[in-house]
Amino acid sequence: MVTSILLAGYMLFGSCRKNPSVIPEQQETVFTGDPSSPIQGLYLLNEGNMNMNKASLDYVDLRTGVYRRNIYNQANPEVVKGLGDVGNDIGIYGSKLYVVVNVSNKLEVLDAKSGKRLKQIDINNCRYVTFYKNKAYVSAYLGKVGDPKAPNGIVTEIDTATLQRERTVTVGRQPEEMAVVNGKLYVANSGGYSPPDYERTLSVIDPVSFQEIKRIDVAINLDKVKADRYGDLYVTSRGDYYDIPSRLYVVDTRTDQVKKVFNIAASSLCIDDNLAYICATEWNYPQQKNIISYTLINVRDETQLNRSFITDGTDQQIKVPYGLAVNPFTKDVYLTDAKEYVTPGTLYCFDANGKKKWQVTTGDIPAHIAFKY
Amino acid sequence: MEFNMLFAPVRTGRHLLYQKIALCLAATLLCCPKVWAQSRRADTAATAKVHELQQVNINAVKDRIIQPSITPVQRLSSTRLERMSSFSVADAIRFLTGVQLKDYGGIGGLKTVNVRSMGTNHTAVFYDGVQLGNVQNGQVDLGRFSLDNIEEISLYNGQRSEISQPARAFAAASAIYLQSKIPTFRPGEHTHLRAGFKTGSFGLWNPSILWEQKLTNRVSASVSSELVQTDGRYKFRSSNGVFDTTASRSNTDVASYRVEGGLNGTLPDSSTWRVKAYAFVANRGLPGPVVSNKFDYPQRQWDRNLFLQGSYNSNVNKRFSFILNAKYANDYLRYLDPETVKKTGFSDNHFYQHEFYFSWANRYRLTGAWDVALSSDYQWNNLDADLYRFAYPTRYMLQTVLASELKLKDISLQGSLLHTWVNDVVKAFASAGRKQKLTPSLLMSWQPGGQQDVTLRAFYKNIFRLPTLNDLYYTTIGNTQLKPEWAKQYDVGITYNHTYQQQAFAYLSVQADVYYNQVRDKIVAIPGANLFRWTMYNIGNVAIKGFETTIQSAWNTGSEIVLNAGVNYTYQQSRDVTDGQKSRYNIPYIPTHSGSVTLGADYRQLSINYSYLYVGNRYDQLSTDQNQVYNYMEPYYTHDVTLGYHTMLHRKPIKLGLEINNIFNQDRELITNFPLPRRFYRIKISYTI
Repeated sequence: MVTSILLAGYMLFGSCRKNPSVIPEQQETVFTGDPSSPIQGLYLLNEGNMNMNKASLDYVDLRTGVYRRNIYNQANPEVVKGLGDVGNDIGIYGSKLYVVVNVSNKLEVLDAKSGKRLKQIDINNCRYVTFYKNKAYVSAYLGKVGDPKAPNGIVTEIDTATLQRERTVTVGRQPEEMAVVNGKLYVANSGGYSPPDYERTLSVIDPVSFQEIKRIDVAINLDKVKADRYGDLYVTSRGDYYDIPSRLYVVDTRTDQVKKVFNIAASSLCIDDNLAYICATEWNYPQQKNIISYTLINVRDETQLNRSFITDGTDQQIKVPYGLAVNPFTKDVYLTDAKEYVTPGTLYCFDANGKKKWQVTTGDIPAHIAFKY
Repeated sequence: MEFNMLFAPVRTGRHLLYQKIALCLAATLLCCPKVWAQSRRADTAATAKVHELQQVNINAVKDRIIQPSITPVQRLSSTRLERMSSFSVADAIRFLTGVQLKDYGGIGGLKTVNVRSMGTNHTAVFYDGVQLGNVQNGQVDLGRFSLDNIEEISLYNGQRSEISQPARAFAAASAIYLQSKIPTFRPGEHTHLRAGFKTGSFGLWNPSILWEQKLTNRVSASVSSELVQTDGRYKFRSSNGVFDTTASRSNTDVASYRVEGGLNGTLPDSSTWRVKAYAFVANRGLPGPVVSNKFDYPQRQWDRNLFLQGSYNSNVNKRFSFILNAKYANDYLRYLDPETVKKTGFSDNHFYQHEFYFSWANRYRLTGAWDVALSSDYQWNNLDADLYRFAYPTRYMLQTVLASELKLKDISLQGSLLHTWVNDVVKAFASAGRKQKLTPSLLMSWQPGGQQDVTLRAFYKNIFRLPTLNDLYYTTIGNTQLKPEWAKQYDVGITYNHTYQQQAFAYLSVQADVYYNQVRDKIVAIPGANLFRWTMYNIGNVAIKGFETTIQSAWNTGSEIVLNAGVNYTYQQSRDVTDGQKSRYNIPYIPTHSGSVTLGADYRQLSINYSYLYVGNRYDQLSTDQNQVYNYMEPYYTHDVTLGYHTMLHRKPIKLGLEINNIFNQDRELITNFPLPRRFYRIKISYTI
C-alpha cells in the first residue's frame, strides 16, 4: 500500500524537478558597434548580493554592440558553485583578466579572451587588485585567519606570468584600493571593522623591497585611490556615516602631503585625461535618506566644474550610482545603477556631452569595469 | 546524574525492548498499521481491547476534526505531533497550509515561519497565552521549541477566535499558539514521571524528563526539562550537471538546555491560575551560506532566554469574567565573529533585552447572545548592546482593545477595535518617538440552516507590525523615520465536518479559504553607497491572492485497523506591486503551489505514519522574465515515515518510535546556499511511571 502511495506521489510531483544545469549566458544586441574601436570591449563585474553566491561577469562588445550577460558559468562549468560571492574588483593585465571575489576568498585569473579560468588563487577576504611591472597586487582585509591579535590587513604580490603568490606585506587595518605613482604603491587603509577607531592613512609600499616605507595621514575610513597624470592621488574618505561626511582628498606624491580637500562626497571615482568623474551616494543622517550627486573635477588645476557628466536628465532614473568608467578614446562614460542590490542593475553609456547613448540590464549590483584592448 | 537514574527502568528491560523494536520493524515490513493509543494496558481481555479500540477510534476522529471557528484555524495536538516526523515546533508547522518555513538548516539553524506571504514579523507566537516577544528583531526561533512538552500547536489566520483575550492577541496578522502540557490526574494518582530519550543522525542526544505532581486537590506542579546535544553534521550535495560535489556541513553543533516549571491551580469559585518559569540556554555554531570556495564558518552564538509568567482566569459571576496576565522576560544573546578582527580582537557583541508585560482582559455578557470585552496590555521593553553608537532604546507600549461578539442562531459576528500607543525613548541619538494607531477587525461565521456540519466564514483585518528596535536603532542600519508595515487581510472560507455512522468512511473534515492580502510599506534593507551602509526603508507593496485547503479523513476497515488520511494544498500568488505594476513572479521564497499528504494506520499497538511534503519552485530574489533563470529554485518534496510501538513495561506505558526522514535522499535548500540534510533518522523512547 505504502509503496503504491509513494509511487503515486512520485508520479504526481516527481517530474517537477529539472536536472541540474549550468547557469546560462544571455546575449542581446544593445547598440550599433564601432568595428574600428581600439577597445574591443569591456568586462563588467556584478558583485551579487552577499550570501547569494551571485557574483557574475558580463561583457560588452564595443565593436559589435552585443551584450553578453553572465558569461562565467558557461565558460567554466566545472568550477564548483561558479564565480562566487561578492565580486569586489576586476582588472586586466596583459592577456589575463583578474577577478577579486571577496566572500569567496579568491582571486580568479581568467583568459581575457575566452573567459576561461587559468587559475584560482586563494586570498582570504581580498578586496582590490592593481598591477605594476608584471606583478599583481591584491589587498586583503586581514592577514591571518582567526587571530584576534592580528587586525591588520595585507597586500599580496602575485607574479603575472607564473601566477604564484610571492611576497606579502602588512599594511593598515582593512585596506581597500591601491594605486601606483612614481614606482610606489599607495594603499588606502579604512579600519572599517573598528568604528569609531578608523584608520586615517595611506600606506606607501616600495615594490622592490616590498616593505611599507611610510604612512600618509589623510582622513578617516579611506576607500578609493586613483592617480592622475600629474603625480597626484585622489583619495576618498567615507567619513563615519554620521558626523564626519565623506570627502575627496588630493595627495601630492612628491611631498606625500594632502594638498587639497574637496568638500564633496565621492563613492565612485574615475580619472581620464584631465577630468575626474565622481558620483556619490551619501547617507544624510538628519534627513535619514541618501543624497546622490555627480561631479566633474579638472585634475590639472584641481577645480570643480559646474557641470555634470549626465546632462539629459537620465540621472533622475538612477537609484544608486555605483560603478564608473570612461572610454579613453571616445570619452564615453559607463555608469552603473545598483538599484536595490537584489534586482538586476543597469549599465548606462553616456557620450562626452552627457547624453545617454544606450542602456542595458546587467546582473545584480553592477560595479567594476575593465577595458579589454 | 538525574538522567541515569531515570533511565534505570528502561535498562532493566533491555532485552524486552530489543524484542519489541524487532517486532515493530517486522510488523512494519508487512505493512501493518498502528494503534497510537490512549490505552493503558496492553494485555487485557478481548472485550477491553474492543472497547479501547473504539476509544482510540473516537480519539483519532476527534483529534482530526476541524472544529468550526470564526477565523481559520489549524491545530496539531500532541497525539498528532507524536506521529509526525518532527523534532521542533518548526518541523511540525511546515505541514500546515499557508505556512512557508524559513529554515537555515540543521537542528541549530534559525527557523521562522511566514504565514500567507505577509512576512515573518506579521506572525505572533504565544506560549501558554502570553506572547513571546523579541523587540530586537521581531523573530521567534521556532526551532528552539521542542515538542517534548507541547500539548497543542494552533495557527490562527487573523486572530484567535475569542474576544476575551489580551490585546496583544489582536495585534498581529496571524498567530501561533503553543500550549504546554497541563497535568491531569486520574483518581488516586499523585505523580507522573516520564523520561524520554531521542537519538539519531547528526550525533543527536536528547534526554528529557517530565515530572507532574498533585500537590493538593486544587494545585498541581510540573517540571519539564531537556538537553539537546548534536554535532549537527550532515552531508549535502551540490551540482550543476558538470561539477558534482558532496561536502559535510560544518560549524553546526548545538548544545541547549531547557527547564520549565509550572504551578496550576483552581480556586473554589472555579477560577484558575497558572505560574510558569522558563529557562533556555544554548551554545551553537552558526553555519553560513555555502558559496564558491567557502563552505566553513567560525561564527558562534550563545542564547539565554528566561521568563516568568503568571495568569489568573476569573469567573466572578456568569456575566463578568476577567483574565490577568503578567510576564517578565530576560533575553541575552552573544554573537562572536572571529572573521571580523577589530583593533580590540574578535568582533564580539552582547545584546540584553528586558520585558515587563501586564494584561487585563475583561468580558461582560450583556445578554445571552451578546458579549463585550475590553482588554488593556502594557508592555515595557529595553534593549542594551555593546555596539558602537548604540541608542539604548526603551519602548513603552499600551494597547487597548474593545471587542464585541454577537451569537445568533446561525450567525456569529465579532468586531474589534485595537488602539496602540507606543513611545520609544533613547539614551543617545534620535528616537522614533511616539506613534498611535487604531486598527479594526471584523469577523463572521454562518452555519446555514443551523447545521452543525457546514460553517461559512469571512473576516477582514487591518493591522501593522511596528519596526523592530534593530530596524530603528541598529548602528549604521537603523532608520528612526520608519513607519509601521501594514497588512490588510480579506478572507472567505468554509469548514465542513461529517461523521458517517456505521460506514467504512468514518469521517470527513474539509477546510478551505480564499484570501487577499495587501502588505504595504514593507520594511526592507536598502543599500547605500557600499555594503557597510545599508539602511532600513519603508519600500515595497505586495499583493497576495491565495487559496488553501486542508482535508482530513478516516476509514474503518471493519477489523482492528484504523486508517486516516489528510491532504493539504496551498496556492499563493504573492506579487510585488511596488512600482504600480504587478510582477509576473512571486516574491522571494514563496512557491505558487505547495502541499502535503499524510497517511496513518493504527493496528493494535503499532502505528505507521507517512508524510509527503511538496514545495513548488520558488525564486530567491525578485524576478523578471530576464533574470528569473538566475533566481529559480527547484521544487522539493520529501517523504518521511514514522513508526510507533506502544506497550507496557512493568505495567507502565512505554513508547518507541522510529523516524526516517527524506527517504529518497533529496538535496534541497529552503534558503539559497543553506543546504538541508539528506536522509536522516531518529529513534525515540519514552517511559512513563
